[in-house]
Amino acid sequence: MTGLQIAFIVAGVITLVAAVLVVLSRNLVHAALWLILALAGVAVLFVLLEAGFLAIVQVAVYIDAIAILIILTVMLTRHAMRVDLVQLNQNWLWAALSALILFGGLLILFNQIPGLNVEPAALEGVADTTLEALGQSLVDVNQFVIPFEIASVLLLAALIGAIFVARPPSRPANEGGEE
Amino acid sequence: MIPLSWYLILSAAIFCVGLFGVLARRNAVAILMGIELMLNAVNINLVAFWRYLSPTFIAGQVFVIIVFAVAASEAAVGLALIISIYRRRTSVAADDINLMKW
Repeated sequence: MTGLQIAFIVAGVITLVAAVLVVLSRNLVHAALWLILALAGVAVLFVLLEAGFLAIVQVAVYIDAIAILIILTVMLTRHAMRVDLVQLNQNWLWAALSALILFGGLLILFNQIPGLNVEPAALEGVADTTLEALGQSLVDVNQFVIPFEIASVLLLAALIGAIFVARPPSRPANEGGEE
Repeated sequence: MIPLSWYLILSAAIFCVGLFGVLARRNAVAILMGIELMLNAVNINLVAFWRYLSPTFIAGQVFVIIVFAVAASEAAVGLALIISIYRRRTSVAADDINLMKW
């Protein structure tokens, strides 16, 4: 067992336990904090996969932006669901069953695919080469410039839509474009 | 070296945990957290396949970045909707939001 494998097992176990606690915590603030731990574990996995840029983006986008957004929403809506109420709906047994069946089916599927024990091919050059290729492919007309632009338009539309939807229902006339 | 199957099994497990959260939680914010977990599991899969099977083909990483963008917009719109629903109905339980259900 090499050091990399030990690092993978530690990061994987932490991520999995944190994910289970996200789903099972009664207190939503705790669930959001466990979610941050799970996202950090995924960032560590990205580092193990030699995708350093994606690990940075994971920290910057997920832990920095999305997790903060979720925590703020939990705080804004905290009085709606008290901690002592039941947090799972009446179908939770079926939900657990279908999740387990999906997991078992995926494991069976993995067993049937040959060549899952391949060695990773060596990356060409230093890590900067990959990052450079990634950046150039995003603005290359022959590669991924259209998905890239569509993603930026989607983000803009989502932001405008979020501002519009979350606006107070009847706002006073004097605070026009405050949000 | 870490076998590729370890990554696949881990991401399948995280995906199933997220699926359970989406199906079983009553709180709409918790459902969104489950969706984030599922998207992260998919990202692990994408990066693992990129690294092990085709490291010269950069599309794997580009796909992950697109997933990041979609996840960010999904979280923004979803949480805005939840806040708006909370303002109108003082509830964030998914089974109380039944105005468009028949």
